[in-house]
Formats: sequence, structure tokens, C-alpha cells
Amino acid sequence: MKKREALSPVTYLIMTAVLMASVLICVCIGSVNLPIGDTARALLDGIISLISGKELPRGGSHAIILFSRLPRVLCVALTGASLSLCGAAMQGLLRNPLADGSTLGVSSGASLGAVVAIACGITLPGLAGVGTMVTAILFAFLSLGLILLLSYRIDRNMSTNTIILMGVVFSMFATSIISLITVFSQEKVKTITFWTMGSLANTNYVNVLTILFAFIICAAVLFCCSRELNAFAIGEENARHIGVNVKRVKLIVLITVSALIGVCVSVGGTIGFVGLIIPHMTRKLFGPNHKKLLPAVVFFGATFLLFADLVSRTLLRPLELPVGVVTSIIGTVVFIFIFARKGAK
Amino acid sequence: MLKAENITVRYDGNTVLDNVSFILPKGSWLMVAGPNGAGKSTLARALAQGVPYSGKVIYDGVDIASLKPAQLARKLGMLEQSNHLGYSFTVSEIVRLGRYAYRSSPFSKADSDDESLIEKALEYTGLTQLAERSVLTLSGGELQRVFLAQLFAQDPEILILDEPTNHLDLVYQKGVLDLVRQWVKGTGRSVISVVHDLSLARAYGDKALLLSQGKAVAEGAPCEVFCDENLNAVYGMDVRGFLTSLLDQWK
Repeated sequence: MKKREALSPVTYLIMTAVLMASVLICVCIGSVNLPIGDTARALLDGIISLISGKELPRGGSHAIILFSRLPRVLCVALTGASLSLCGAAMQGLLRNPLADGSTLGVSSGASLGAVVAIACGITLPGLAGVGTMVTAILFAFLSLGLILLLSYRIDRNMSTNTIILMGVVFSMFATSIISLITVFSQEKVKTITFWTMGSLANTNYVNVLTILFAFIICAAVLFCCSRELNAFAIGEENARHIGVNVKRVKLIVLITVSALIGVCVSVGGTIGFVGLIIPHMTRKLFGPNHKKLLPAVVFFGATFLLFADLVSRTLLRPLELPVGVVTSIIGTVVFIFIFARKGAK
Repeated sequence: MLKAENITVRYDGNTVLDNVSFILPKGSWLMVAGPNGAGKSTLARALAQGVPYSGKVIYDGVDIASLKPAQLARKLGMLEQSNHLGYSFTVSEIVRLGRYAYRSSPFSKADSDDESLIEKALEYTGLTQLAERSVLTLSGGELQRVFLAQLFAQDPEILILDEPTNHLDLVYQKGVLDLVRQWVKGTGRSVISVVHDLSLARAYGDKALLLSQGKAVAEGAPCEVFCDENLNAVYGMDVRGFLTSLLDQWK
């Protein structure tokens, strides 16, 4: 009678294979299409060089694959996985399928940080783009602190509704400040506008390591909270009755999600709909149990964003679209389709 | 024994519950009755530590406010009057969560004791055949049984039931109350239930607490608490006359 509560090893194997294949395809396809054999060989050489410390073979497409396309593709996969994971956790915690990582307003805070950094030209010596990333992460945490502090001052119980309300209000405030800065930014308007649309172009291994580090820690924390997220998804009162420390779990999940979202926004800007649509679709396949849902959204989110990014850089080649635009368009269509089907049923 | 001392709850400056005290001996069933707005559900929530209150709730010599959530859940479990679900969890997934308070780590698996209690809870509530069904496909009565099964799996020493027969037809009303009576029989577990139906309160309760406008009007044996004088004063009508006239329709 007892049914498996976690995903089966075969499911993991299939999802890993699909993700690996997607990574390979996305590295192959670009402004210049590369043969799959060359790409696989370059990736293998890269791994061997990393392990043994041997120098990479010169010439060929190694440089393009390993230093241009691979870091971007890895960043995209990690961002997709992170955004989806945050979305799934928030949808469970808030018992709301329309929630995602940005519901709390932290992504707007991170965006504000990045826009401030771009407008003021904040940089770190020798590390291009890192100034924007660090400022965005800093603003993400400051925003979270402010939202939680205000929520606590208004409602000592820190009910979910109060936190969401504060998040929405803060988000509006941050967006208006971003608009204000954009108006006065003159020559940097284009950079700011493109950044706020969400793009993972020009990402490097520093970005990869930053997201990877944040992802490993945050995913571990959220996976540990799977059972609690199930309880919250059934109902906060019910969670309290069965013995969940609702206040502590809520804070842990909110802080973790905010941290991960902050890092993602700092690297890739605001990429909408991934955290909303992927958990929704994955729940249709695997059910709402977070022991299955959380690992599954990691794979689905990574794969989805890889292909969205592929579309963004190949659809109007050589012109590149911001990936946030592509995810929003796909997300809207999928969302309408899901709700139309639900309505028809 | 559970002892509630001077429980007072205030919302926005209004006193919803005013110095309510009672004693619940082990193994007994306390029926909390009173008109709408009397503070019955607030009392249930305060006992379950769901709302802030002043006063003390002492169980076996320990103030339950000092217990950690998991410790509290082992002592005291609550069935809400209704549950609205948005996600399609299976019956079994919800019932299994009843064992949450007994897990030692985030990844610890259910042991044989957990499994046997879960199976027993499903069997008791007649849900074994529905174990893998989505809760979104169940009727209100079946859903109430799912959460009752979760409460049985949780296996607390005191069960708090907030209008457990709300929205249920007669068959389910009897079914739910009989199940609770069977479950606690001879185990030393106690039950506190908030009820509107005074006939059910008299039929199933060992003790009764009558509330009115946030205050305890009477506490004791149901036949003494639900006397004409108390009921007429609290409800502002001839309660016995009304209930017997309803029964007369069946003669």
C-alpha cells in the first residue's frame, strides 16, 4: 500500500540525461553552429584539463565552447533551476499557485541594487560586472530585512498575508525608484533597460560559481524543508497543529528563497514566469508532494530556461533578444493554455 | 489532567474570551457549547496555541505554552471545522503528515510504529480504499474523515475538535463522533469539542462548558450544565421546548 514518496532512480536518470543533452545542444547552437562531436570533445578536454591541470589544446572551437558558450549555458541552467526551485517553494509555503520567488519583492530590491550600480558606475577593480552583482545581492538582503522588519512591526505573528502585502508594497516602491533612476540616467538608459528585461549574455565562470554556490546551499535548505512545505501547502493552521514550527520554517524558506533570487537577479536581471510556470507544470506531472516536486523542478527549470535562452539568441540571429522577454511570452501562452484547459474541464 | 486557568483573548481591544477556566480529567470528553460569538472556537484555538492569550493551560503539571511545536503536537491535536485544499495531495500523503511530530530529522523515514498507526487511522476512518485518491475529488464528509485520520495518526493525548460535524449529514455526524469515541475509549485520551448541537453534546459528552459572550456560564456534567435555566438565559429562548417540539415531529 505504501507508495514511494521520492522520485525513482529511473526518473532521476531520465531527467539528468535530458538535461545533459540540452546543455550539449545549447552549447552547439549559436551565432555559428558547431558540430556535436567537436563540442563533446571540447567539453571532455575541458574536464580533463580541470582535473589534471593539463593545458587545453590550442585552436579549433575550444575557446568559443569553453570560455564563451559553456559559462553562459551553465549560468542559464543554474538560473532556471534556481528560479523554479524558489517558485515551487513559495507556491507551497504560501499555498498559492500564483506565487513565485519575486512575490516577496526581493527581486525588485535586487534589481534596484543593480540599477543603482549601473547608473552610478559601481565596479570592483579588475572584476568587470562584479560590482553590479555584489550591489544587487546587498540590496536583496537589505530589502528582505526591511520587508521582514516592517511585517514584524505591523503584525507580531508575521502572518503570511502581512509579509506578502509588505513585499508587494516594497516591490512597487523599488520599481518606482528604478524608473526615477532610469529617467536621470541618460546614456545608461539602454544598459539599464536591457538589464531589467533579463539577459544572461556575457556571463562568465565567476557568475557560474556564484550561482552554483548559492544554489547548492539554498537547494539543500529547501530540500530539508520538503515535509514542512507539504504541511504549509495543505494549510498553515494544519501545519501548526501537526507540530511544524511555522514561524521558524516560514523565515527559513523566505530568507533562503530571497538569497537565491537575489543572486539570480544580480547575474541575469529579472527573468519572469520561470518560477511561476515550471512548478505549475511539474506539479501536473509529479503531484504536489515537495519531496518529488522540488528535485523535479530543478531539472525542468534548468531545461526550460536553456531552450528559452537558445530561442532568445537564435530566433533573430545575429540580434539577441533578452531571455526575460522570451520566457514571458512562452509563459503567458502556456499559462493561458493551462487555465483554458482547466476551465474546459 | 488538563487545567485551563483564566484564559483571556483580546482582538483589537475587544475581549473575545474573558477569564475562562475549566478542568478536564484524563479520559473524559468535554463539550463546549454556546451561541454564535460566545468564544467557543477562540477557546479551542487558544488551547491549541493558535491565538495569543493570557492565563495558563496546564497539562500534567506543565504549562503547554512552554512546549516546542512538536512536543505540543504529541500532547494536543486539533481538527478544524473545515479545510480548504488547493493542491491535489493524496489521502495517504495528508494522513502520513500526522506523524510529523515524531520524526527525528528532515530525512528520517516512517518506522514500523508510524506505519501501523497510519494504516490503523486509515482503516478506522474507512479510508484505506481511498488512500491514493486525490483529496480534491472527495466530498466534504470524506475530507473531514481525512483530517480526522491525520489526527488519529498524530495520536495526541488530547483531541480538540472544532465543530467536527459542521456541514456533515446525519450519517457522517454520527460516524465522526462514534469514531472519536471508539478511538479514545480506554486509552486515557481526552477530547474537547466545540459543538452547536446540544443533543449531540448531551449524548457524547462526559463534561460540558457553556459559554456566553466570552464568559463561562456553567461547567460540569452535561445534564447539569444544559439545564433550562442556563440554556434559556444564554440562548434567550425556550431551548428545551424547541428541541422537544422538533422531536415531536417524528412521533
